Amino acid sequence: MSSGTKDHAALSDIFNKDEARVDWHDETLWFVRAKRDKAAHNIPEWESLREAASQIKNNVLSNLHNYLIEFEEQAQKNGVTVHWAADAAEHNQIVHSILKEHGVNRLIKSKSMLTEECHLNEYLKQNEIEVIDTDLGERIVQLAQEPPSHIVLPCIHKKKEEIGELFHEHLGTPEGMADPVFLTAAAREHLRETFLTRKAAITGVNFAVAETGEFVVCTNEGNADMGAHLADVHIACMGIEKIIPKRKNLGVFLRLLTRSATGQPITTYSSHFKKPRPGQQMHLVLVDNGRTTQLSRPDFRNSLKCIRCAACMNTCPVYRRSGGHSYHTAVAGPIGSILAPNLDMKEYSDLPFASTLCGSCSNVCPVKINIHEQLYKWRQVIVKEGYADPTKKLAMKAMEFTLSSPFVYKNAGKVGRWFMKHAPFTVNNKLNLWYQHREMPEVPKESFEEWYKKNKKND
Amino acid sequence: MTSRAQILAKVLKNQPDTRPLPADLLTVFPAADPVQAFATVLTTIGGNFVEVSDYQAIQKYVLEHFGGQRIVSTLPELVAVSEQGWEHQDPHSYANVDLAVISAHFGVAENAALWITEDLMHQRAVPFICQQLAVVLSKKEIVQTMHDAYLKIGTADYGFGSFIAGPSKTADIEQSLVLGAHGPKGMTVFVMD
Ligand code: SF4
Repeated sequence: MSSGTKDHAALSDIFNKDEARVDWHDETLWFVRAKRDKAAHNIPEWESLREAASQIKNNVLSNLHNYLIEFEEQAQKNGVTVHWAADAAEHNQIVHSILKEHGVNRLIKSKSMLTEECHLNEYLKQNEIEVIDTDLGERIVQLAQEPPSHIVLPCIHKKKEEIGELFHEHLGTPEGMADPVFLTAAAREHLRETFLTRKAAITGVNFAVAETGEFVVCTNEGNADMGAHLADVHIACMGIEKIIPKRKNLGVFLRLLTRSATGQPITTYSSHFKKPRPGQQMHLVLVDNGRTTQLSRPDFRNSLKCIRCAACMNTCPVYRRSGGHSYHTAVAGPIGSILAPNLDMKEYSDLPFASTLCGSCSNVCPVKINIHEQLYKWRQVIVKEGYADPTKKLAMKAMEFTLSSPFVYKNAGKVGRWFMKHAPFTVNNKLNLWYQHREMPEVPKESFEEWYKKNKKND
Repeated sequence: MTSRAQILAKVLKNQPDTRPLPADLLTVFPAADPVQAFATVLTTIGGNFVEVSDYQAIQKYVLEHFGGQRIVSTLPELVAVSEQGWEHQDPHSYANVDLAVISAHFGVAENAALWITEDLMHQRAVPFICQQLAVVLSKKEIVQTMHDAYLKIGTADYGFGSFIAGPSKTADIEQSLVLGAHGPKGMTVFVMD
């Protein structure tokens, strides 16, 4: 890979070593995807909901400036302290300074992909502040010293036996115990103890309402609420794209979010935080970190409509068989592969290629992001900017050359068929990356065009 | 330039031409029997649907199932079976509450979510930290979908409010559903006329 650091294909190779696990990962995610389908089909007006969500988000992006100002003003009126962070470093410093001010060196955090994006945990650790993730899946990967591999199901790549082992080592559960009910109960004890002893809590934000200055946090476990309602200081961190115009717009998004994510009709807790409770401090950090740059790219700004439901990764055949860690970025899967190159085109130049472009991601996306089209567009940008892997560049060039000339296109197939028939070794060899993972197809005896010409007269 | 000014300037410069907000969505496929729909969804998400005729019946149920345990309630009708003067303690002290009984403004048929604001909780931590949660709901207060829910909430002011749908749960370990992740292990909804 051009960056010489990490590469999706190489990282997938690691994941693919254990074929049984890959099958299991694939099936588990497909099970979640099937639940999504059932939930969506239960709502006859599903498509108009998606359309409304998409239009609301288009409106948000087109008026973001005013909505941000309106939100800030309302939130401040409600007694919330609003901070602005241009990038990840500033976000981390702001959080750190709030903690310092309160003399806090241990805190709890509920799930927030933004803090993952900003590498907040590592930063705070370096500054000798202990962070405990309270979402069970996040706690598990935290104990394993790994990043989450999925934005909704952070430890979807882990088997219960591995989790049992981690708990045995860190929480003292009996050796060999891998029963999910038992392990969850052990985590409950451990985390409740933590909740009761921490003075500061960090949460993410699912939606922030410009009209009222409130923000909504959705969890099934109730960990965001446990943290925020027990802590003296609540810090909520959000990307600037999480704004929605009006409170009533939440009706559309809350109907779509979990049905798309896990097939549930709604999360157990959809909590609307408007004012700090008496005696509590509430801080909200608005983070840019590349979002305004993405907004400037007409081809890619739609990606900012994402509500992080993960439907696109659950449906993606590449994600399901390569695992979240192969994407080497906080948000994996199709949408992550659009967001990451915006942050660093060189480092993440491999990701837009980690897709079959089958379009399934765009089909399930509740806010109608044209995900697969954007992936295809990134490929073109990356090749043009010179960040592509040389073998991919060559293939893209050949494709462009073939597709741009009717003559070459017509004859390319002929040449290919001749080679496959007379010299298959030139195709079925190690240099052909496509063949490394696939059986080459049987060669058709004639091209579609030839077939069509011959058969047309039969009409 | 501050980060605020810098971000806002970049947003203003980069945002696309104004696109209108779509018309508000309204409920298009109402459930024939919203109470029944609510009950069905509540049961599938791990909740317990109990029809009662009056507060007397709730008291009886509570004593039968939770007698001798720590019970707090925000409902004056339940003083006979619940602790007095609990409202002004440190929120941490509710960790050993076995049952909290509160009321909801309304429920939503499509997802069995109950809208509960801070004034009905007395302490924000209560519905989350208790071991078991019970919520009293009037049958008349069941709306069809989330669109109706927000029509009902309107411009109401609150410090904190939450849609609560069933007990706390997780499926993070191999997608096995386990009730009682951090918060309540069970949720009972008492439905009255
Ligand atoms: S891109 Fe669409 S499908 Fe993917 S996580 Fe975002 S909202 Fe969900």
